[in-house]
Formats: sequence, structure tokens, C-alpha cells
Amino acid sequence: MTTNTMTGAQAIIESLQMQGVEYIFGYPGGANMPIFDALLDSPIQLVLTRHEQGATHMADGYARATGKAGVALVTSGPGATNAITGLLTAHMDSAPMIVLCGQTITPNLGMDAFQEADVSGISFAVVKHSYLLKDVEDVPRVCKEALHIAESGRPGPVLIDIPKDISSAQFTPDFSVDMDLPGYVIPEKAYSADVQAIADLLQDAKKPVLLIGQGAIISNATRAIKILAEKMQIPVVTTLLGKGAFPERHDLSLGMLGMHGTPYANFAVKDCDLIMSIGSRWDDRIIGNPNTFCKDAKKIHVDIDLAEKNKMIKVDVFAHGDARLVIEELNTLIRPGDTAKWVKECQRNKKKYPLKYRKQGGLKAEFVLDVLDNLLEEDAIITTDVGQHQMWAAQFLKTSNPRNWISSGGAGTMGFGFPSAIGAQLGAPGRQTLTVVGDGGFQMTMCEMSTAMLQKTPVKILILDNKYLGMVRQWQDLFFEKRYAGVDMEGNPDFIKLANSFGMKSFRIRRNADVERVLKEALEYNDGPCLIWAEVEKEDNVYPMIPSGLDYSEMLLERPKEKMDAPPGST
Amino acid sequence: MHLREVPDMKNNNQHTISLLVNNKPGVLIRIALVFARRGYNIDSLVVSPANDSSFSRMTITATGEVKTLEQIIKQLNKVVDVIHATDHTDDVVVERELVLIKLSIQPEQRSEVLQVTDHFKCQSVDISKDTLTIESTGSTEKIDALVTMMQDYSIMEVVRTGKVLMSRGLTAT
Repeated sequence: MTTNTMTGAQAIIESLQMQGVEYIFGYPGGANMPIFDALLDSPIQLVLTRHEQGATHMADGYARATGKAGVALVTSGPGATNAITGLLTAHMDSAPMIVLCGQTITPNLGMDAFQEADVSGISFAVVKHSYLLKDVEDVPRVCKEALHIAESGRPGPVLIDIPKDISSAQFTPDFSVDMDLPGYVIPEKAYSADVQAIADLLQDAKKPVLLIGQGAIISNATRAIKILAEKMQIPVVTTLLGKGAFPERHDLSLGMLGMHGTPYANFAVKDCDLIMSIGSRWDDRIIGNPNTFCKDAKKIHVDIDLAEKNKMIKVDVFAHGDARLVIEELNTLIRPGDTAKWVKECQRNKKKYPLKYRKQGGLKAEFVLDVLDNLLEEDAIITTDVGQHQMWAAQFLKTSNPRNWISSGGAGTMGFGFPSAIGAQLGAPGRQTLTVVGDGGFQMTMCEMSTAMLQKTPVKILILDNKYLGMVRQWQDLFFEKRYAGVDMEGNPDFIKLANSFGMKSFRIRRNADVERVLKEALEYNDGPCLIWAEVEKEDNVYPMIPSGLDYSEMLLERPKEKMDAPPGST
Repeated sequence: MHLREVPDMKNNNQHTISLLVNNKPGVLIRIALVFARRGYNIDSLVVSPANDSSFSRMTITATGEVKTLEQIIKQLNKVVDVIHATDHTDDVVVERELVLIKLSIQPEQRSEVLQVTDHFKCQSVDISKDTLTIESTGSTEKIDALVTMMQDYSIMEVVRTGKVLMSRGLTAT
């Protein structure tokens, strides 16, 4: 307990520092100046960004790499609204984040003051919780609660709106104050009867599959899951965000499932007689057609969020609790069933239907990633942007460890990849960090090249440049009779010159023969950030593909021979 | 004058939900958003401080599909400011609603009207030369019936509080 008098802003910073915050990603403005001022005297390091969206994605990347909340600091009005995309991204992917917003002084609230935005009102739908500070005495409690809420249970972003008169007010903070959250309960163990029911179903299953989502990573359940899979001999598929929850080079791993999942993962899901989701929310990219998904298979769901129960599909057993605690308890109950034939079948499919791409012809994004996969360090952190390159990266870059794969899944936020890599690298210093981006998404947040240079963050930016918004083009190709509308990226910069203008080291890949040599060189460069520009084939499509809303039996392994109808699902 | 339609109680897609929430600014909008986002219409909403004034009680009646409602209840319970949210649709509860009805009425009709209101155990709370205002408390069905009866007279205004409810016996609401 301290008896020092300080400002609200100083108390915010001190409170965050006491709770382990190392970095604040921020952008100043009139309303948050007291907080920037307080940062000058704090060991917390300020990372000055070039745009508030970048600040939120950096905080998000930091959070996903470390498991600790990332903190962004923005000003009122447009500063706050620029943070909304980052809030949505974190909210959809359950990333712990704190966004501190400057706000006009309390007497001006609701008076259309300069740079006033009702950011609480605007953000309600994209936060786990939010605060509008009206009394400086609340600062220590609110900061404590905000971090606790952001990081615990199913994590998510918390916004604190801080009027300038509150951040400027002098008071004597009591940092030992208790939290006051009577409505906030964190689930722990599930009902034992449900865990026993899971054990019974697993034992009877002949063709079981484990479907692992990011919840397994958040709850540190990955060791327990490995024990479960090996002991019971169950093949494992992961969601996009679950990559790394189970080592993808493991014999039992079938990689990512879903719309652009591996053929063998999707075959296993199609043919299984039991599917058990651990920390995945049966997203529409995964289930395709909710009425036919695993129709005859038993379904088990382990989740910390009760609202996910029967939300997308009806399950036979739902265990409500922390994934690690549930699986650890389950592991004491299981007895191996007979899955030898099934495991063989899955492994046969793995050999028979490998991920493939044409080796002849021009430079292919898949080839670049395939080569990269062999060059990356075992614990390298990969972040991606959103689109075709993201799906190819998910397919070809095998992830071995939790928190090594960072991607915007639920929100599908273009512009996420590069800034999230900066945040991730700061959170995991010394680790090889590479972001795979497309030419479209990179241009949305490429202003953060200054930030990376300033921080000397050794982030490698791999631009897979096909001069198109490739995923939309692929859909127009398949479902809109090749009527390309608004997808041509004519006007792209010369990315090498661009990098040079920031003083950033750059590499260029033009031909297949360049790939390995240039990637090696770039991976060995560690004096700061660098950019690798790979101009790849323009009209390459991602396969496999289960067009949205369709059944797994309708998976396309390659370009369909005949024209297809527009799929029934959304996007 | 637009009068509210009498709800069809056989059609069981109207639900009554009770909530105990933190008594703080912004709580109502967090709750309303859970309904609005899923296209659920709130028919009535009653908010008042609970016995412990740091909490508020809410009673919400809303119409929509049962499956959506289940999702709404779970999402409501996730709101940090919500202590609990419960669907009381099939529970045995005490439920009450209060109505004020203002009638445009001439002195010669008064006794006839008062006979009907007497049957419903209404109180007359305001009388003027041209108007009579009555008050009644009871279940939503009773209030609906009273309002239907009063349609025979010239209704100027109807104001209903919306339903409040409480679990019977030792069960907490």
C-alpha cells in the first residue's frame, strides 16, 4: 500500500506495471496526454505506432504470443474509433487485451466536445467488458479488474475510457483494493459425470477424432491432450487458431480441418464415428453444413464458455470447464479402445492425398511456404494476414508448439499480420518471428514499418504478392463466372523501394531457383526487421476447398471441371 | 389510438426472464444489445433497485424462438455486470402487472363502468368531469382481460408497468 499522492494517469500506469505490463502500444492525442506523460517516468516501455489499428494488433500479437494481456493506448474520438477493428479482432479470437482511451473531460461528456466519441457506446458489441471512469478513486480497482477479466476464463478485450480530468486528478491511491465482480465466475472443473460420460464414449469409439481449438492453448491443456491422443490412439485435427496445440509433425496429427483444411483431416472428420472438440466453437468455417456435419458421429464438446453449448450443433456430451482440468481428469479415467484400423486409415489418407501444387511453371506461393517450412526454427513464431496466403501458410507451415501461430480467425482482419508480428516479437524476444502477408493486407498497416524500424524488431515480412486480392478473386473465379470486380491490385508499390525508403533491409524472390537461397539469407538477418518480396503466380487457387455451407463430402481437391453454383453459406 | 394487442398465451414463444444485475450506468444497454443482436423483440422491461441497492432487478418479457432464447440467456449470464439471468417461462411464480386506464366518460356512464371495474377489483384513482382513471393490479392475463372489457368504452390512454415476478417459496428469483 502506498500513501503517495499521484494523478489518475500515474495510478493507471503504476497499477498496470504492478500487474506485469511491460509494453504499451500507443498513439497520443489531446485527451490521453496525461497518460503519455506518466509513461515517461515508468519502466513500462512505450511503443509509438503509426496508427491506432496497428497499436491494437500489436497488443493482440503480444497477448497471443505470451498469454498475457496486451495494452493499447489511444486518444479520444478518431483515436478510439480507429481501435474498434482491433477490439473486434481480439474479441472474436478471445485474445486478452486492454485498450485505454483518452476521453474529453467529464463536464463535456455528451456535449459534442472536440474529439469526443461515445466509445463505450460504440464498442459494447466488441468488448468482453468496458469501463467509463468517472471517479479517480476507482482507478486501482478498475485496472485490477480489467486485467483480470481480460486474461481469465474465456479471454477478451476490455476497454477503459478515461476522461482527461480523471487522469489529471490528484489522489492517494490504495492499490490493495479488492476487485468487486459479483457477476463474474470463472469455470474450473466440469461435472465429473460429464467427464465419465466422455470416457465411456471414447472407449466405445472405433473411429474417433480430436478437434482442438485455441481454447486448448489458452488453458494450457496441450500436454494433457497429447497424453490423451497417444494413450487412446486418436487422430488429431486442429482449427486455424488451434495450430500448435498439437505438434503437426506428430504421427497422429492430420493438420487443419475445415473449408481449406488438409484432405486427410477432412476425410477423417467426414468418416469418424466420434468427434471431440476441445476449446473450439464449431465455427462455420469448420462445420460447413450444420445439418449434415458429422451426422452419425457422437459429438463431445469441452468448453469454458457455456454459451457455446449447442450453439452451432447439438452435442451428446458437453463438459463445461477449463480444458486442462477436464482433460487431466479424463486422462485418469480412460482405457484405450480399439482404433488401430482407423489410425492406419487416416495415415494412409495422409500419404494418398498430400497437400499438392504444380511444381512446373511460375513461382507459386505454396512452393515458397513449403521451402520456408524446412528452414524455420522449431519454435519460430508465425503470424499471418488474411486471405489465400493465410490458408496456404496454415497448410504448409507445420506448427509444433502452442503460441507459435498467430492469425486473425474469427474476424478475418486484413492488416493484422504485420503489426501482430511486432507485438509477438516484443513479447517473445530472441525468437525467430516471421509474418506471412499478402500484397493487399500488408498495405493496410504497412505504415508500421516505421514502428518496426524504431523498435529494431527483427520481424521478417514475407509478402506473397500476386497483385490480386486473391481470396475474393478465387470466389469470383469459381462462383461469379470470372467476373473480376475490385480485386486487381494495379498500383502496388515497388516493395523493395518501399522498404529502402524506411531504411529497411529487403530481399527479392523472382524465380523458383531464388527461393531457398533468399529465404535462408533473410532468416539469418537479425539486425532489425526485413522484407522479403516474392512475386507469385497471379491466379492460383487454394485447395482443398469446401465451399461455405456445404457438406464435407463436397470437398474440392482441385479445380472443379464444371461451373459451380454459388455456395449456400456466407462468404 | 393504437392499443396493444392481447398476446396469444397459447403460443408459447413469449418468455419471462428475470435478472439480477449490478446497479451501474450502461448495464441496461449491454443487456438490450444481447436481445437486439439476435433480432429478439423486448415486449416489456421493468427495472428497479434490489433489496441491496448496489444491484438492480430486471424482469423482461420477450418474444421469439426458444432456441434463440436459450442462447440469449447464456449470453446474458456472460455479461460481467449480470449476477444471474433466468428464464421463468414454465416456473410456478407470483407474477403481477399494474395498469392505469384513462376513460373518456360522461357522468351518466360512470356507474356502469364502475360496476365492471368493481368486478376486476379496480380502484378509481382520478375522476374529472369528462374522465375516469382506474388502476388495477394482477396477472398479465387479468390485465389483458380488463383492457379488453374496457374497449367498449372510450379509452383515452393505457399505461402498463410490464410484468414483474418472484419465485414461490424458498426458491430464489
